Amino acid sequence: MIKTITILGGEGKADKAEEVQRIDLNMGDVVSIVGPTGSGKTTLINDIELFADGDTPTKRRILINGERPPSVYRDDPSRNPIALITQHTNFLSDLPVRVFLGTHARIRCADGSRADALVAQTLAFANQLTGEPVIPDSRMTELSGGQTRALLIADAAIICNTPIVLLDEVENAGIHRTRALELLRQYRKIFIFVTHDPRIALLSDFRIVMRSGCITRVIHTDAAERTFALTVGCLDDALSRLRDKIRFGKHLEKTDFTELERFTPEREAAFL
Amino acid sequence: MKLVICAGSATTGKTSVLRHVARKLVATGHHLAFLKIDVQYADEDEVFAREFAIPTRKVYSGELCPDHCSVLVLGDALKWAGEAGADILVVETAGLCLRCAPYVDGGLGLMVMEATSGMNLPRKVGPMLSLADIAVVTKIDLVSQAEREVFRARIMEAAPSVRVREVNALYGIGIDPLVDLVLQTPDAPERLLLRGNPPVGTCTICVGKKEIGWQSHFGVVRALDNQNFYRGE
Repeated sequence: MIKTITILGGEGKADKAEEVQRIDLNMGDVVSIVGPTGSGKTTLINDIELFADGDTPTKRRILINGERPPSVYRDDPSRNPIALITQHTNFLSDLPVRVFLGTHARIRCADGSRADALVAQTLAFANQLTGEPVIPDSRMTELSGGQTRALLIADAAIICNTPIVLLDEVENAGIHRTRALELLRQYRKIFIFVTHDPRIALLSDFRIVMRSGCITRVIHTDAAERTFALTVGCLDDALSRLRDKIRFGKHLEKTDFTELERFTPEREAAFL
Repeated sequence: MKLVICAGSATTGKTSVLRHVARKLVATGHHLAFLKIDVQYADEDEVFAREFAIPTRKVYSGELCPDHCSVLVLGDALKWAGEAGADILVVETAGLCLRCAPYVDGGLGLMVMEATSGMNLPRKVGPMLSLADIAVVTKIDLVSQAEREVFRARIMEAAPSVRVREVNALYGIGIDPLVDLVLQTPDAPERLLLRGNPPVGTCTICVGKKEIGWQSHFGVVRALDNQNFYRGE
């Protein structure tokens, strides 16, 4: 049973020791990793996924429940408690979606009779995040970028059902990311998002700040920031509606912006 | 002399995996020799010589298939490695033909394949996989967790007795168990035999003569130090 992951700091670029030397993540935590491009965010989640033990270039160490993780986590992927979805994670398999998910479900659950139910749940989850539903008979490689990402997330949450899920820049995936966050929140796991998206960052319990390959700060989302989260959410929803109007071949009108106009800096201050 | 034979299609990451293995073995005081067998181009011998300062060689199989070439030159190569002061000979071979495999009895057979190569690959590569001691899966960072698991299941289905090891050859993570396997390998026996049955054919290897060393074969053969030559009536 996984209760905590601990990140023990190593060194960043130019062998500089990290400012933050220890971070503990508890079961149920939703955490974001933020920082400019090239600051080492992806490297950090790779370290977590590899159970770094001072043997990656960053020299970081990852502990599970306060101890060195058992080697079986690395030896057998189906015992690995971490699912990682990176920006370049893709499906390369040309198997039909149904066959692939079915095979994966049978590997993961000892009780083969549950496999079909898991596949159905996974497809239902994925289809809530995509514009056009995934057709179970299409080949994995035929899926769009958004459908692929949606299916990866759904597979990680439902079939892998790993206690730890790492998601790299899910906002770039072209999926309904707020819905994804809502759905994922229903599962009790440790979620780690690498993100540039203020909405995802503010919905996290805390965020890890990266600079020049180092973890420089850990910022907990405080009460004031949680209020901003509402504003950010409204702005984001307004933008999503505009995006959807464009997507579905409609014209934008002045009325589409009435809500957005409330969010000039002065008005935003007044609104809060 | 321990003998390690590593096979796998081109660009699967054989050299990356072996470099990490070699680094760890050299660091713990083992004496390695490295032989690369390829069809027409290879520079891995220079890479290994430069990086680890160990005796290295390469041999181009040219008109011969690389596995066939390996059978002919391996006897000489073990002798060369012994004279060069090595206690482990690592052979990297292209292994292009999927009807036979270069592994020998008493040596470690290591097969490298990439996770990106498609779910049916384990079913396609035949004895190169099924006769290996361990299948090393590389490029795992490019595919999803789901695909890694399905790929592994496909390997185990095609070759139930072969161990499977996923590695990150970029960082060298997951390499330690391979190093342990090399160290557990006994010294190669005096009379070396190809592990599997060669395919149907008309050359002495292809008709089933399994003994290692060109001295046991006739027709067009080659030694490590020679180009192809004819032996026989």
